[in-house]
Amino acid sequence: MYKYDSYDQAMVDARVEEFRDQVRRRLEGHITEDQFKPLRLMNGLYLQLHAYMLRVAVPYGTLNSAQMRMLGDIADKYDRGYGHFTTRQNIQYNWIKLEDAPDILADLAKVEMHAIQTSGNCIRNTTSDQYAGAVADEVVDPRPYAELIRQWSTFHPEFSFLPRKFKMAVIASDTDRAAMKLHDIGIQIVRDAAGELGAAFYVGGGMGRTPMIAPCINPFVPIDRMITYAEACLRVYNRHGRRDNKYKARIKILVHELGKDEYTRQVEAEFAHLLTQQIEPPLAELERIKAQFAEPPFEVGIADTVDRSDPDFALWVDNNCLPHKQAGYIAATISLKPVGGIPGDASADQIRLMADLARDYSFDELRVTHAQNIVLPHVKKADLYALWQQLEAAGLGTANLDLVGDIIACPGLDYCSLANARSIPVAQKIGQRLAVKQQEIGELKLKISGCINACGHHHAGHIGILGVDKKGTENYQLLLGGCEGADTSLGQITGPGFDEDGIVDAVEKATQFYLSQREEGERFLDTYRRIGMPAFKEAIYG
Amino acid sequence: MAEVQFRFRDDEPVADPGVTVDAFGEQTNALAVRLEPGDEPRDLLPHLDRLRLVEVNFPSFGDGRGYSAARVLREAGYIGELRAAGEVLVDQIAFMRRCGFDAFAPEVPLDPADAEAAWSRYGEVYQPTTDGRTPIWGLRHGIGRRG
Amino acid sequence: MKILTGNDLKSGAVTWWDGVQWSLHVEDAVDVGDHADTILAREQAARRVNAAYAIEAVKDADGVRPAHIKDRIRALGPTVRPDLTLKPADPGAGDWVI
Repeated sequence: MYKYDSYDQAMVDARVEEFRDQVRRRLEGHITEDQFKPLRLMNGLYLQLHAYMLRVAVPYGTLNSAQMRMLGDIADKYDRGYGHFTTRQNIQYNWIKLEDAPDILADLAKVEMHAIQTSGNCIRNTTSDQYAGAVADEVVDPRPYAELIRQWSTFHPEFSFLPRKFKMAVIASDTDRAAMKLHDIGIQIVRDAAGELGAAFYVGGGMGRTPMIAPCINPFVPIDRMITYAEACLRVYNRHGRRDNKYKARIKILVHELGKDEYTRQVEAEFAHLLTQQIEPPLAELERIKAQFAEPPFEVGIADTVDRSDPDFALWVDNNCLPHKQAGYIAATISLKPVGGIPGDASADQIRLMADLARDYSFDELRVTHAQNIVLPHVKKADLYALWQQLEAAGLGTANLDLVGDIIACPGLDYCSLANARSIPVAQKIGQRLAVKQQEIGELKLKISGCINACGHHHAGHIGILGVDKKGTENYQLLLGGCEGADTSLGQITGPGFDEDGIVDAVEKATQFYLSQREEGERFLDTYRRIGMPAFKEAIYG
Repeated sequence: MAEVQFRFRDDEPVADPGVTVDAFGEQTNALAVRLEPGDEPRDLLPHLDRLRLVEVNFPSFGDGRGYSAARVLREAGYIGELRAAGEVLVDQIAFMRRCGFDAFAPEVPLDPADAEAAWSRYGEVYQPTTDGRTPIWGLRHGIGRRG
Repeated sequence: MKILTGNDLKSGAVTWWDGVQWSLHVEDAVDVGDHADTILAREQAARRVNAAYAIEAVKDADGVRPAHIKDRIRALGPTVRPDLTLKPADPGAGDWVI
């Protein structure tokens, strides 16, 4: 894992003092709320429905146990005993006092964490593959490249007042587990025929009110030019992205309006110019970072089997664990989606327990996934049963990864001031209704957003749900056929919306229809793609 | 037009008001230009030898195009005064200096102590710009920057 | 009736204008008639409230009920965590929101 040096530490320490000063100036009336708002947002502090909300960055979703424990302690000390893991691999707290916020940042800085640029019109936390460093299908561990981007994007002097927020993701395998093509910039680290590393740039993807899949604008930027190329992409956007309408200000609109070819031409011209400016960190810096992501000291020659005699445990293993590149190990996902629970929420005690389990069973490492779960990436198979028993006892043993109960949901109108409808109650009702059938249904990614901003990724759900405000009451639109990953597709709206109970019924009908139509080995998405919207529509509305 | 509150240059300030980019191309004796967010800074590159003041207007602090304009000019070798005008707030001025601004004419004057704190807050920086500061990766690996 | 709501600047808590000061309880909210803008400008300038705005509400036997669900959720708390609302002991509190 990346370890701060004195430079990194000084940076976050200075940020704490800067924010302390900004809060003081706001509380003393030297700056207005309009002037303070962008400052607090760049420290991840929102004013939400019930209080201030603080979003803490978890760079590329990776945490050590001391960091995770601090997240639990913050939940107790400054919030109301819980936190919410988000679709951008971060964590947010819902009940923060403005006057406490600088102290929270100071506590975070003690464990090499921060809330820098977790909101605002700047480059946000860079996300990555939650199984990085653990799976066999990656070209390299993508996280050192994400860390390089983290440092480059932190307090970037030119790109702190962009037309709109800017989200990047970095992966390094063909199996895209980070929804890379649905980001402002998605980077896939690849190897060319000569074995050289490079970065494929996908620019202009995103969800929100105008969902778009990012086109590849350059399939191979040499790795020692990746930062310069990113700078060129951002400069073209900063100069020419629309600022007249916030709903058209994301880079996807610029790429769409200019056309991929013209945008690429401008980027390449800017890139050629920037190469003369020597802004690229040297490869020695990449090597320095890479050394900190060295493999943990795996044991070799250990048992590569799991005792499956406990059927509940076997079910959890089958659902929640992924093969590891190292014989004798496995990557285990802790579901934060208990039946009837709040997707992504974890209590302070649960957070601290997960920290302890990472220390005891996973070389001190955890990952936050964009599906709002937690991964212990390197668990010895021989330890798996003991691990599961502790998870089970703490309400963290739900066996439903990628099943219909593993719902992504934004906080919705229960917490969020932008929301039009509540997301969580819908997730709870669907989870309860389909709990007994989810194993039979198999992989089904269901995603719920409480407004068109799409924090709940509804466009990318095999089943997506979008909450809207219909004359003052909550209404829910149903989408089918969305998918993230290598074969990214955007969901299509089925037809008229539903009330809260109606949307639960509609989802159940869609799953029943799928079960009646599926052919051998087909997932819900496969069946939908084969037979199409009209048949599903008939089943749902007919 | 607001007065210059901070200036990090020793040369005599240009007294001329900045003309628009369009007018500047035609008035061959003009020394000063005023750049609006939508203007193309590269239109000025053929005239860098006679240009002594570029005033970049920030009609609202959230419009960050002026940061790119400043870097484009500095990267092209412009050495005259680069002045930030308009809604220039204390929490933006450190970024502005990194992008090449060396004079500040905020609409609402800044508290000098707050401004000083803003400029000295961060001892080191992650990114190289034309301001000559060695980025952190340079310090880590003993690679200096120009300037 | 027209009532005023906002958040406490320091704590972020949801507050309602009761005619004299800002209360945590929506049932204390008073009709401000045509004076919304004046009160909002004065109170925000004095930093006694933040991000405040005027909303429509009705007064009935149960008290003051904001017209929009968003403000009813603000008045009570998250419907999915009754334990964290202003009325944790009232099992029917969530019904008032819907």
